[in-house]
Amino acid sequence: MPHFERLYNFACWLTHDRQEAEDLVQETYVKALKGFSSFQKGTNFRAWIYKILRNAFLTSRTGLKVTSTVQLDLEGEEETLPAAEETPESILLQRSDGWLVQQALEQLPVAYREVLLLCEVEEMSYQEISATLAIPIGTVMSRLSRARKALRGGLQQQFAERVN
Amino acid sequence: MVCESWRAKLDTYLDGEVPEEEMRSFDAHVRRCPSCSGDALTRVQMKRSIQAAGRRYTPSAEFRKRMQQKIASKRRRSFGLGWTFAAAAAAIIVVGTLTSVYLGTRSGKDRVFSEIADLHVATLASSSPVDVISTDRHTVKPWFQGKIPFAFNLPELQNSEFSLLGGRMTYLDQTPGAHLIYDVRKHHISVFIFQERSLPGRLDENPVSKKQPFNVETWSQAGLRYFVIGDASAADIDSLAKLFKAAS
Repeated sequence: MPHFERLYNFACWLTHDRQEAEDLVQETYVKALKGFSSFQKGTNFRAWIYKILRNAFLTSRTGLKVTSTVQLDLEGEEETLPAAEETPESILLQRSDGWLVQQALEQLPVAYREVLLLCEVEEMSYQEISATLAIPIGTVMSRLSRARKALRGGLQQQFAERVN
Repeated sequence: MVCESWRAKLDTYLDGEVPEEEMRSFDAHVRRCPSCSGDALTRVQMKRSIQAAGRRYTPSAEFRKRMQQKIASKRRRSFGLGWTFAAAAAAIIVVGTLTSVYLGTRSGKDRVFSEIADLHVATLASSSPVDVISTDRHTVKPWFQGKIPFAFNLPELQNSEFSLLGGRMTYLDQTPGAHLIYDVRKHHISVFIFQERSLPGRLDENPVSKKQPFNVETWSQAGLRYFVIGDASAADIDSLAKLFKAAS
């Protein structure tokens, strides 16, 4: 079963529910087997199967709820991140507090969470992410930038809460 | 102002998604600019933290077994339904397995090269990059005794342009190794040495330059895996690699 563990991990991050993630992974493989004729030779198999999983998620009850309540993308002017010499999140990261990063990731809107996971955890290229999420590469870049900014914001908030 | 324009693209650079030419300019700037190198280091730490935090969920053995049975039964049914379905099922397994093996190997290899690049950058950004400061190989080599579970030879540098700055212990995948730093015309080059058997995947090929802002050479010799990495020219990296190969 190609990519089984990674698809499951990604599904858990999307759904926040292990049972739902199992259903999603199962649905993905069933759909992949049925729709293998739609896979074009020479294209990226990983992006194809992740796309199936993501589409299955978007049409699931949780997916529909998430996408109807969260505005998926707010495209606009890019904002340059400030220099990060000794910032709260760099202090947190130095302390290697994986739990805090997990919390901050969990709290991100799903559109930000998925793009960050595909880039950092799955180590997909922008091209692969673009194929998986069916968005242009420019949108991949701007969404990644916003996702990173939002994650830093979340870490800063957690840092402030810890200090107070 | 110059830094601002670099910084706006810093994440794209660290994702290995800017053209090779620009990658080199970036690298040169980051090396010169303490502010940008500090920022780059923080962002690399952030990337690694997300990667570690993101690999959080593992499927249960029970779910894996259930899925294997389900897929096997689908394949059997497909066979009964006709050749088209059976061919699709077989093809997906073959393509999937091949893709999985290819990506798994590639991803493992890329990860090792990316870790090596991180170790190189992080060390050079450190205020004390070496633990044993000496230009004498007869001082540096014995320093590693008892600290790492193997021995290695350092090349004689007389009549070469390289000079040894010192060494430090390092870790890759929880495995101890030696990290040596050399200087050539003001460029720093790192040489990493690990036990081959402790590293994941096949590392025979040199890395794809798209993801690497540095020149890298790697080889295996007498059970040890060597990496030579730096922003010096490919010819310099190769010369230092040859000196090590001759010494081992």
